[in-house]
Amino acid sequence: MTHPICELRDITKEYHVHHSFFESGMHKIRALDRVNLSINKGEILGLVGESGCGKTTLAKIALGVETPSEGQVLFSGRDISHLDRTDLKEFRRKVQMVFQDPFSSLNPKKTVFKTLSEPLSVHRLCPRRHYRERVAGLLEEVGLDARVMDRYPHEFSGGQRQRIGLARALATGPEMIVADEPTSALDVSIQAQIINLFLDLQERYGLSYLFISHDLNIIQFVSQRVAVMYKGQLMELMPREAFLQIPGHQTNRSICPHHPYTQLLLSTVPVPDPDRPVAIKEAWRTKDGLEDRVPVRGCAFSSRCKIATERCRRERPLWNELTKGHFISCHFVRDLCYDSRACDAPISYGKRDR
Amino acid sequence: MDAYVDGTRHQILWLSRMSKNPMAVAGSLIVVGLCIVAIFAPWLAPYDPQAIDTWHVLEAPSRMHLLGTDALGRDCLSRLIYGARISLLVGIVAVGISTLIGTFLGALAGFYGRWIDTLIMRLVDIMLCFPTIFLIMAVIAFLEPSIWNIMVVIGLTSWMGVARLVRAEFLSLKGRDFVLAARITGASDMRIIFSHILPNAVAPILVTVALGIGSAILTESALSFLGIGVQPPTPSWGNMLTEGKNNLEIAWWLSVFPGMAILITVLGYNLLGEGLRDALDPRMMQD
Repeated sequence: MTHPICELRDITKEYHVHHSFFESGMHKIRALDRVNLSINKGEILGLVGESGCGKTTLAKIALGVETPSEGQVLFSGRDISHLDRTDLKEFRRKVQMVFQDPFSSLNPKKTVFKTLSEPLSVHRLCPRRHYRERVAGLLEEVGLDARVMDRYPHEFSGGQRQRIGLARALATGPEMIVADEPTSALDVSIQAQIINLFLDLQERYGLSYLFISHDLNIIQFVSQRVAVMYKGQLMELMPREAFLQIPGHQTNRSICPHHPYTQLLLSTVPVPDPDRPVAIKEAWRTKDGLEDRVPVRGCAFSSRCKIATERCRRERPLWNELTKGHFISCHFVRDLCYDSRACDAPISYGKRDR
Repeated sequence: MDAYVDGTRHQILWLSRMSKNPMAVAGSLIVVGLCIVAIFAPWLAPYDPQAIDTWHVLEAPSRMHLLGTDALGRDCLSRLIYGARISLLVGIVAVGISTLIGTFLGALAGFYGRWIDTLIMRLVDIMLCFPTIFLIMAVIAFLEPSIWNIMVVIGLTSWMGVARLVRAEFLSLKGRDFVLAARITGASDMRIIFSHILPNAVAPILVTVALGIGSAILTESALSFLGIGVQPPTPSWGNMLTEGKNNLEIAWWLSVFPGMAILITVLGYNLLGEGLRDALDPRMMQD
């Protein structure tokens, strides 16, 4: 049985937005709506979703730099909002982050050595005279020449900076790394190198990753489990095998049933086949007369979903476990299954978490 | 080894850009010249600035007294040279005080936001409401007018601009990823403020320092001119002007040369400040 290293329980995050100067009052924006997710030890959990769906907010909450409005974050079984000073520092040591933008994530006024030795001095990981040795080791770990440590960030390319960012995350000897779209700012050729580096390090140190991306190919490649998010709600959580069945890449239809949003997401993956028409279907547009806004109680996708009914807008669907480890948050799981014909998997309507 | 060279080249990039700006070069030369004059005053001054010579009262500029003598027969050039010391001292100490206060409060306001920000920024607004010169005069009225009091008071009444500037810099810098990275690493607030954010805000602070020294010198001269600044017989350009104005009709040199000294010095600092601003402007950086 795998143990979760990090558990997000019923995480809700609301931001209060003030109206303009002349209006009074404010309205709430629900960035995350009761998200339940856990990352197992040594696992790479992929999180996909479109821009602005709350992926980064979720990452920041998992890192403890944002506090959720409701819900709790457990790390190694302990609620991180109740940690005392020393435990919080220890938590900071164990959880690190790799950023999306390699240009703003490194302090332009600090040399690589200063950037990488800071975690060492904050956590007193080794005596000062060993810093250079340790930093050189870190640089070699991420495939950089140790001699570059006295250079400034602007002297490196995007891919090199991302390696430095990864070295910084590794400096504290973390157990979990949150990678927030670590490759989206890089060239495709560099992306592969960075991804492989991530995988190598994961293997070597048994790290756990929360790997955020909107690139489905990368998610498929790295993740063991994939979570799909839409407007602050989790739509589907599935093992990698389920996600691998891209409908567009198969001659027959998808073997595995998916949440309608996941279907839409998968159908937008471009297929290099000139005979295939572009697959954005009319049916997925926001329906006339419905605001493209997240209903307060219902399913976030209900305003665009082609199978949505009034019930979807009123009532939040539960996590339905389709097959083992494959959860779909939809009222019509059974229909999804029949719809995709090939689904022989027994459906159990076991309620997990909620 | 080549890494070291690369790093250094980046550091001096703005210096080379400044050296291409003739105004900035002129400003730097004036400031450097002034500093040399102030430091080596005892060797440069031909006479003791306070030596009274009643045989040579109100003499026009001549070979003996290059800039003439004042009503007590003191050598004008020597007094001007010693006056540079006062000006420079006041400029540096006053601006030092105001920069320290302004940077600290601005950093707190920008970094922590919320009520701390509101509190500090309202304090800034209140301080800005007072006409500086009257505020200083009111404070000096309670204290005895000495050069140290002047410096402290000028410093305490001119930090608001720096505070606003530093706050604005912090607001834009604290949202950057490297700040978040430092926090995730576990760095303390003070470490983030002073080791991560402040070094990135140095350029604009440097510019205000240069411009601030000019205006502090001007304020000191004004106060000395009004008789509440540096007290005679210590020579300062401001009180030389005061003494000069009594004999304006018969001894023009007593007013013109201290006035010119103030003008050139303030001009020098302003040119330097603006040159720095142009050279350090990130929009002109070509990374």
